[in-house]
Amino acid sequence: MLASIKKRKFWDFVFAMLGLLSLLFALVTLLALIVDLASTGVPRINAAFFTNFPSRFAERAGILSAWVGSFCIMITTALCAIPLGVAAGVYLEEYSKKNWVSQLIELNIINLAGIPSITYGLMALGLFVYKLKLGQSILTAGLTLGLLVLPIIIVTTREAIRTIPNTIREASYALGASKWQTIRYHILPYSSGGILTGVIISLSRAIGETAPLITIGALTFIAFLPTPPVEGHFPYINFTWLSDPFTVMPIQMFNWLSRPQPEFHVNAAATGVVLLLMTLIMNGGAIYLRSRFRKKMKW
Amino acid sequence: MRRLRERAIEAVLFLAAASSVLVTVGIVGILVTESLPFFSHVSIKEFLTGTEWTPLFENPKYGIMPLLAGTFLSTIIALIVAIPLGTVAAAFLSEYVGPKAREVLKPMLELLAAVPTVIYGYFALLFVTPLLQKVIPELSGFNVLSAGLVIGVMIVPYVSSLSEDAMRSVPNHLREASFAVGASRMQTAFKVVIPAAFSGITSAYILGISRALGETMVVAIAAGMQPNLTLNPTEPAATITAFIVQVSLGDLPHGSIGYQSIYVAGLSLLVLTLCFNIIGLYLRKKFQEKE
Repeated sequence: MLASIKKRKFWDFVFAMLGLLSLLFALVTLLALIVDLASTGVPRINAAFFTNFPSRFAERAGILSAWVGSFCIMITTALCAIPLGVAAGVYLEEYSKKNWVSQLIELNIINLAGIPSITYGLMALGLFVYKLKLGQSILTAGLTLGLLVLPIIIVTTREAIRTIPNTIREASYALGASKWQTIRYHILPYSSGGILTGVIISLSRAIGETAPLITIGALTFIAFLPTPPVEGHFPYINFTWLSDPFTVMPIQMFNWLSRPQPEFHVNAAATGVVLLLMTLIMNGGAIYLRSRFRKKMKW
Repeated sequence: MRRLRERAIEAVLFLAAASSVLVTVGIVGILVTESLPFFSHVSIKEFLTGTEWTPLFENPKYGIMPLLAGTFLSTIIALIVAIPLGTVAAAFLSEYVGPKAREVLKPMLELLAAVPTVIYGYFALLFVTPLLQKVIPELSGFNVLSAGLVIGVMIVPYVSSLSEDAMRSVPNHLREASFAVGASRMQTAFKVVIPAAFSGITSAYILGISRALGETMVVAIAAGMQPNLTLNPTEPAATITAFIVQVSLGDLPHGSIGYQSIYVAGLSLLVLTLCFNIIGLYLRKKFQEKE
């Protein structure tokens, strides 16, 4: 009996070590990736790297058009996905009744999250570029990525709203507020932390997304910037930048990576460092926000 | 007046929620309509059984088998890495680790899924392949093996996160009952918790499979983009997704057969992932009935 207990304790220990090892293996791989990328890429990063256009000469090439493009597309994506996603989340959590329509929508959102991102690119090429004639533009790219991250925003919005206890709603109704007033002045403000977490995560996903943008025909070599949105004469703002062609950081990196010369691989690594830094900062921010709001809100 | 406003707001919110269905309809509709003309040039039999895929050559051949072989090969390699690693990590996080350590370890693991895929492609091509070449000298510079391995590590958090949620939602009294009859932690994990959480774990695996099937940049960068009917992972090959990227990089006139071929490839990929998603739903339902 005692021997058998000892044996079981031994196997328990072995399994714990195995668990630790698999965690460590995954984390060490991540570390190796970061160290490898940084040791190649960091020495290449200087001010000129951010202010130069891509070039045939590796040492003169920079990511100006790529980061400006990424920035413009981020804004378009956010403007398209946040209102739609939050509204959908609010509807599903606060309004929808248990019937086949809401079940269809829910099943559909689960399915959407499992669809490969490249099929979004194919849809956008057929629909936005050729059917709606939006061209291979910043607007098309923003819409594509917006639809791609929509499920993330819907799901996190719903989770954030679900944590708000019913007493808040009842208190609001008791004072004579309507359903929308309750949502507008109580539910949305209290769940804003969780919603913001979802927004940050979805944008960090969008900034690294490459395949759907290649599919809609992003150019890999762009040596000009989009039209500035502000101009000196009436009406002072214009939206022509939305229809300009673009490139983004992941595509620039892919382009440099697919060349045979190692000097361009160094440029790719440097772009990768910038990209990785941005995603890590955004994800870190999201994790921080999540834990902060969880602690602060004790209902 | 107020009631009217409330109704209007509800209608707007409903439209937002319904738009997600429109996205699905859009994806399926566009993929189907753009790929239908393809089958007036190529018979379905040739498409499904042909062993060569060279749609952009002088003498085009349209057999999807090489792309399917590449896709399945990279997916299987990825799963060989991700399923054991993800499951063991999930069991460890759920059954062995305290809540404080879990709070730190789980987000760290999730960072793996946050890294842009193009960076994983860099890693596979310029770090993993040279490393593997030291062990397997005949490994070619582009190969499915390193792409698959890297995808495997990348999808570990998809597998482990959902599995861990499923294991943790197993009620504690089951564990206590198991401990009470003298089972060890490991016996409890394997004989009580994992069977009880099996439906959730299966759906985690299914999610991992669809991620691996649809993964694009790693295979496009590290696997070589050569449609190659082989099951040898040390050789270059192309997956469905890599083919779409390769063709999209060129200038492709709308309506040409090359253009249609990427939609056919995309449709095949969508059908594959949908099949797995449906299997996942079915398994989940079946296990829910049993409980």
